[in-house]
Amino acid sequence: MAGFLARRLLNYLVLVVVASSLAYLLAASALDPRSNYADRTPKPPPAVVDAQLTALNLNDRTPLIQRYATWAAGVLHGDFGKSVTGTPVNDDLGRRAGVTARLVLLGLACGSLAGVLLGAYAAVRQYGWFDRLSAGLSFVVLAVPVVVLANTLILFGTWANENVFGRQVFLVSGEYSAGLDTGFWGSVLDRAQHLILPTVSLSLGLIAVFSRYQRNMMLDVLGADYVRTAMAKGLSRRQALIRHALRTALIPVATYFAFTFGTLLIGATFTEKIFGWHGLGEQLINSIFTNDVNTVAAISLLAAIAVLCASLAADLLHAALDPRVRAG
Amino acid sequence: MTLSEEELGEELIGARESRAPSRVRIVARRFFGSRQGRVGFAVLVLMFLLAFAGPMLSPWSYTDKDFTAFLQPPSAGHWFGTLQTGADVYAVTLRGMQKSLIVGLLAALVSTALAAVVGAFAGYFPGWPDRVLSWGVDLLLVLPAFLILAIMSPLFGAGKWVLFVIMLALFLWMVTSKIVRGMTISLKRREFIQAARFMGVPPVTIIFRHVIPNLSSLLIVDATLNVSAAILTETSLSYFGFGIQPPDVSFGTLIADGSRTAVYAPWTFWFVAGLLVITVLAVNLIGDSLRDAFDPTSTRPR
Repeated sequence: MAGFLARRLLNYLVLVVVASSLAYLLAASALDPRSNYADRTPKPPPAVVDAQLTALNLNDRTPLIQRYATWAAGVLHGDFGKSVTGTPVNDDLGRRAGVTARLVLLGLACGSLAGVLLGAYAAVRQYGWFDRLSAGLSFVVLAVPVVVLANTLILFGTWANENVFGRQVFLVSGEYSAGLDTGFWGSVLDRAQHLILPTVSLSLGLIAVFSRYQRNMMLDVLGADYVRTAMAKGLSRRQALIRHALRTALIPVATYFAFTFGTLLIGATFTEKIFGWHGLGEQLINSIFTNDVNTVAAISLLAAIAVLCASLAADLLHAALDPRVRAG
Repeated sequence: MTLSEEELGEELIGARESRAPSRVRIVARRFFGSRQGRVGFAVLVLMFLLAFAGPMLSPWSYTDKDFTAFLQPPSAGHWFGTLQTGADVYAVTLRGMQKSLIVGLLAALVSTALAAVVGAFAGYFPGWPDRVLSWGVDLLLVLPAFLILAIMSPLFGAGKWVLFVIMLALFLWMVTSKIVRGMTISLKRREFIQAARFMGVPPVTIIFRHVIPNLSSLLIVDATLNVSAAILTETSLSYFGFGIQPPDVSFGTLIADGSRTAVYAPWTFWFVAGLLVITVLAVNLIGDSLRDAFDPTSTRPR
C-alpha cells in the first residue's frame, strides 16, 4: 500500500513539474507584457521599459530558457516572482486561494453528496417517477454551460428579491458586504446569503454528472449475490443497500471524482468571475488580460497541484472503500 | 409439411439471408425507434435549418443596424428585438449559431479522430510508444484545458477561428483515447487481427483497416457527445473573450453581451441562451440514443 502510494505520488510530482513548466513556457511566449507599456502617455523610453521588464523577469529580449531558469529557481524557494505591477505574486495568491477554497470545497461537498444520494435513490426506484424526473433534469442541466447557469441564477436572484421576498435575500456580488457591522451572526448570515447562488451554480452540474454515474453503478450491483446474502442474513433492505450496495458502487465514482475536479476548478473560474468573488479563477482571467506571466504561471501550478491532490484523495478513498487495494 | 412447402421455406430463408439487413440499417431502425432519438434528431435538423436558412427569412442581416430602434423588445419588424447598437437580435443570433455549430462539429471530428489514432497506436504497440502516449495523455489531463486555451487566446485573433478549432479539439480527446487504448489491447488478441498480422499486413494498415473500424460505434457516439462538449467549451471561452474574436460572433460572445443587459432587456439574453441549451440538449439526446442503438444488449422500457 505504502509502495503503491509512493509510486503514484512520484508519478504525479513529475507530471506537475512538467505541466507547470509547460504552462510557464506557454504563458511566457504567448503573453506580451511589453505591450502594457505601449499605451502609456507619455510613452516611456525603451531603455526604461527594458530595465523594468528585466527587473520583473518579463523581458521578452532575454532568452526564454534563461527567464524559465530564473522563474524555476524562484519557485523552488517558494517565490512565484512579481506581477506586472511589481508586487510579489505570493501575497495576493494566499488570500485568493482561501476564497477559491471556500467556494470549491463547499460546492464539491454539496454536489458530490447530493449527486451520489440522488443517483442511488434513482437506481433503487428504477423507472419510477423519481428516476425519470432526475434523468430528465440532469439531461437539461448538462446542456447548460456554467456561464449561462450563473447568469440565469443572478437574474433569478434579483427577480426573487424584488417579487417574492421584497428585500435582499440573495446577494449576487462578492463574498461579503463591505463595512457591515452586525456582529458575528450578522456577518455569518451575510456570507451565507452571498454563498447560496455561487454554490448552486457550482454544484448543479456536479449533481447531474454524479447522479447519472452513481445510478448506473448502483444498478450494476443491486442484483449482486452479496446484496441478497446480506438480506438473507437478516439485514433490512435499507441496511443491505446502504452498507453493501452503496459502498461497492461508490468505488468507481471515487475514481471518477479525480477527473471531475479539474472541471470543477474551471467551473469555479467562471463562477468567481461572474459572481464577483475575488478568487484565483478571477485573477487568472484578469492576469491573462494584463499579460501577467508570473501570476498566470503561479495559478497554473496551483491548479496542477489541486488536480494532483484530488487524484491522491481519489486513490486513498479507493483504498478505503476497496479492501483489495490495501491487500495488494 | 409437403416438399414444396419445404422448398418454399428454404427459398424464403435464402432470400432473407441474401437481403440481410445491414448494420447501418439496424442501428438506424433502433435509433429512430426510440422517442429520444427521434426528438433529438428532429430538433437538431430544425436548429441547422434555422441557422443556415433562417437568415434568408428576415430582412435584416447581421451587419445591419437599425438606427430607429435601439434595445427594442421583439416586434413584427425585429422578431427577437434589437440590441443597444440597433442590431437585429434574430440575425445576429443565427449568425452566432452558424459559427458555434461549425466550430462544434469540426472540433468534435478532429478530437475523435485524434483519440482514435492515438489510442489505437498506444494500445497496439505496447512498450515505449504506449508509455510515451499514455504519459502525454495524463499530462494533458493534469493541465486544465481552459487554462491553456485562455493563455493561448492572444494567438487566435480575428478570423483565425480554424486555429481555435484545432486547439479546442486538442483538449477534448484524452478520456476517449484511454478507452480506445483499452479496447485495442483486447482487440489485438482477436483472431482476425492475428490472422492479418501473420499474413504480413503492416501494423499501421491493420490499425486503420481493422482496429479503428471495429471501434466505430464507440467513436461515433463519442464524436456526437464531443459536439456538445465543444459547443459548451467554445461558449465559455468566447464568453470571456478567449475564443471567437470580434467581428466574428458566436453563442459565447452573444451571451456575454446579452447577460449585461438581461435585467432590463431580457430578449438580448434568453433567445441566445435558449437556442444554445436546446441545441446542446438535442445533440446529447442523439448521442444517448445512438449509444443505445449500437448496444445490442440495451433494452429500455418505453
